[in-house]
Amino acid sequence: MGEQQVAVTTQSAAEAAAQEQPLLSVRHLKIWYELKRFGFLHAGYVKAVDDVSFDLPAGEAIAVVGESGCGKSSLMKAILGLVHPHDGQILFEGKDIWEGGNDAMRAYRMSVGYVQQDPYGALPPFMTIRRILEEPLILAGVKDKEERLERVIRSLEEVKVTPPSDFLNKYPHMLSGGQQQRVVIARALIRNPKMLIADEPVSMLDASVRVEILKLLDEVQKERSLSVIYITHDLSTVRYFSERIFVMYAGKLIEKSDTNEILRDPRHPYTWALLNAISDPLAENATKLREIPPGEPPSLITPPPGCRFHPRCEKAIQGLCDAEVPPEFAVTPTHAVACWLYREDA
Amino acid sequence: MTVPSADMQDYALVVEDLVLYFRLTHGVVQAVDHVSFSLKKNRAVVVIGESGCGKTSMGRALTRLLPRNVDRYTGKVFIDGVETMALDDETYREDIRWAKISQVPQAAMNALNPVLKLKDQVMEPLLLHEKGISPEAALERVHEVFDFVGVPDGFIERYPFELSGGMRQRVVIAMALITNPAVIVLDEPTSALDVLTQANIYNVLKRIKWEKGTSFVLITHDVATSSELADDVLVMYAGHMMEYSSAEEFFAEPLHPYAKMLMAAVPKLYGDEELQFIPGKPPSLLSPPTGCRFADRCPMATEKCKIEPPTFRLGERLVKCWLYEKEADEIVTSPEALAGVSS
Repeated sequence: MGEQQVAVTTQSAAEAAAQEQPLLSVRHLKIWYELKRFGFLHAGYVKAVDDVSFDLPAGEAIAVVGESGCGKSSLMKAILGLVHPHDGQILFEGKDIWEGGNDAMRAYRMSVGYVQQDPYGALPPFMTIRRILEEPLILAGVKDKEERLERVIRSLEEVKVTPPSDFLNKYPHMLSGGQQQRVVIARALIRNPKMLIADEPVSMLDASVRVEILKLLDEVQKERSLSVIYITHDLSTVRYFSERIFVMYAGKLIEKSDTNEILRDPRHPYTWALLNAISDPLAENATKLREIPPGEPPSLITPPPGCRFHPRCEKAIQGLCDAEVPPEFAVTPTHAVACWLYREDA
Repeated sequence: MTVPSADMQDYALVVEDLVLYFRLTHGVVQAVDHVSFSLKKNRAVVVIGESGCGKTSMGRALTRLLPRNVDRYTGKVFIDGVETMALDDETYREDIRWAKISQVPQAAMNALNPVLKLKDQVMEPLLLHEKGISPEAALERVHEVFDFVGVPDGFIERYPFELSGGMRQRVVIAMALITNPAVIVLDEPTSALDVLTQANIYNVLKRIKWEKGTSFVLITHDVATSSELADDVLVMYAGHMMEYSSAEEFFAEPLHPYAKMLMAAVPKLYGDEELQFIPGKPPSLLSPPTGCRFADRCPMATEKCKIEPPTFRLGERLVKCWLYEKEADEIVTSPEALAGVSS
C-alpha cells in the first residue's frame, strides 16, 4: 500500500483521487421487476435485488455466492448495465453508469468484460474464432485490420489456445468445451477491460477442465490486476480464486467477508447451511445424512418480513428476526454479517 | 473367484464383459469396452470419469435404452439374478425395465411430460408393470413414494412447471422408485442443482438405500458429491474400467494414476493442496490408442504402457495399470473373476 501511495504522488491530483475511490461502487441497489396483470395493471414487484451495497476496489477479485433465484444474476445484469435499477446507484470510477446517456454507457461497457456461463451458447456457431474475437475490436473502432489480427492472436495466446493460427479459422463446434470457454474469456479480455464479470464460468465444465479454467482466470486476474466479480453457487471453487466472498440470499447480501475468514468462521446461519451442504470427497459421507434447513428460498414477490431467512432458521429470535430487517454488523474489520444474532458483538 | 449361481441372489447386478460400440459414418465408437463388475444388494457403486469416457453409455447399456446405431452390444448382465442379455427387447421391456431396474435420466428436471399431471406420470410405470393393480391402489402408492422423497402430498395434482428444479428431481426419483426395482441407475442426478438442493437429494437417496434396500449405480463426474452415496467406486476412462475399489480405500488413496489426478482436481473446502488439472484431453473413442488408453496424459508412463495392461488385483481392489504389476496378488482375466472379486 505504501509503495502505491508514493507512485500516486507523481501522478496528477485527479488520478490520485481516482486511486482512492473504489473502481465499482454499488449503493442501495434495487432491481425490481414489475408484474403486470392483463398486460397493463400493476400487480406488484419481483424484488430480485433489494438494497444491496458494496465496493469493489481496483485489482480485487470478489465472489458472489448464492442459490439460483437469489438475485445474483440480476445483480450481474445491473452491473453490466443491461437492466435499469428501480432505485439506487452503480458508480464506476465515481460516475453513475446511467447518467450521461448512451455514449457514456458505451464507454462503460467497453471497460467491462463478461464471461458467460455456457460457452456452447455464448459463441455464435456460424462465426469463426477470428471473427468472434475481432468483433469487439471493430465495435471499439479499431480500423486497422493488421492490428486487429495481431490483437486476436495475442489474446488467444494469453488464454493458451495455442498455436493461434490453428484456431483462427475454426468454428466453435470444432473446439472442446474447455477451449470454447477460453475463447469466451479471450473475447471478454480483448478490449483490455478494467473489470471482468464471470457468471458461473466453470459450472458447465468437467472437473479437470474446471481447474484449468479457474487457474487461467486467476492468472489473468493477477497479471492484469483486473477487478473480477465471480458469480457462483459453488463455494468450494471460490477459495481458489477470490479474496472476498459476498453471500446472497433472497435478494440481499447477508454476509460479506474475507474468503479464508468465512470458511473458517461462518457467522450467518444460512452460510453455515451452505458450507455444511458441501461434500469433500470422504468415504464417511455415505454414512450420515446432512443437515439441511427445511423449506425453500422465499418468493421474491412477497418476501417474509424481517430477516428473509427467518422462516428456515433454527436460531431465529421471536419478535425480532420476523419483524425487523437486520442491519449489517461488523464482527471483525473484514467481516460483516446481516444477522440479529450478532447485535452485541458488533 | 467365479460367482456361483447359487450366490446370485446376493447380487443386485452382475456385469460381465459388457461391450457397447456405436457405428458412425466414419468408424466405430468404442464407448464401453469389456467392462465387468458386480454390485451386491443394498450397495451403491459410483461410476466416475470425465465426459466422453463412456459412463452414460454404460448406464444406457444396463437399462438397454439404446440408440439405433449400435454396432456391438455383447456381454452378460444379470439383474437381480436374471440374465437379461439373453432376453429379446419386448421381454426385457415387460419384465426387466422398471420392474427390476429403473433409471433417473440425465437432466431429470426436464424429463417429465409437461402436459400430464404428476400423479398420472408417476403412476404409469406401476400400471404397466404390476399387472392387475387397481388405479386406487396405484394412487395410494404414489402418495407413499411422494411422502418418501419429501414432495408435499398436494403436489400430485400439479403439472411439472409448477415445481422448482429440486422438487421435479424428487418426482423423477419417486417415479424410478415406485415399482420397487432392485437397481436404480442415476445419471448425473444433481448436476444442475444448487448445493442445498443437491445435499437434500442425496439425503433422499440415502434414505431410500437404508430403508428400502435398493442398490444404486450412480453415474457422475462430480467426485466430491459422489462420496455421499458411494460404497464402491468404478473409475472409467475412454471406455475402459481403470479402477474398482471400495469407497473407503478409494477416497483415502486411489491407485490408478488417472484416478489420482482426478482426485487432485477436486476443489476442497479446507486444506492447502494446490489444485491440479490433467493436461491434454481424452483420446478419441473412434481409434483409441492400442496400449494403455491413459498413457499419453500419464506422468508415470513407461515403455511398457504401449501394451495394454491387464487388470491386477490388490486385495479387494482392481486396477488396470502396469505400475501395480509387482505388488499385485494376481492378474485377473476372466470376466467372471473380474465381476466376482469386487464383492
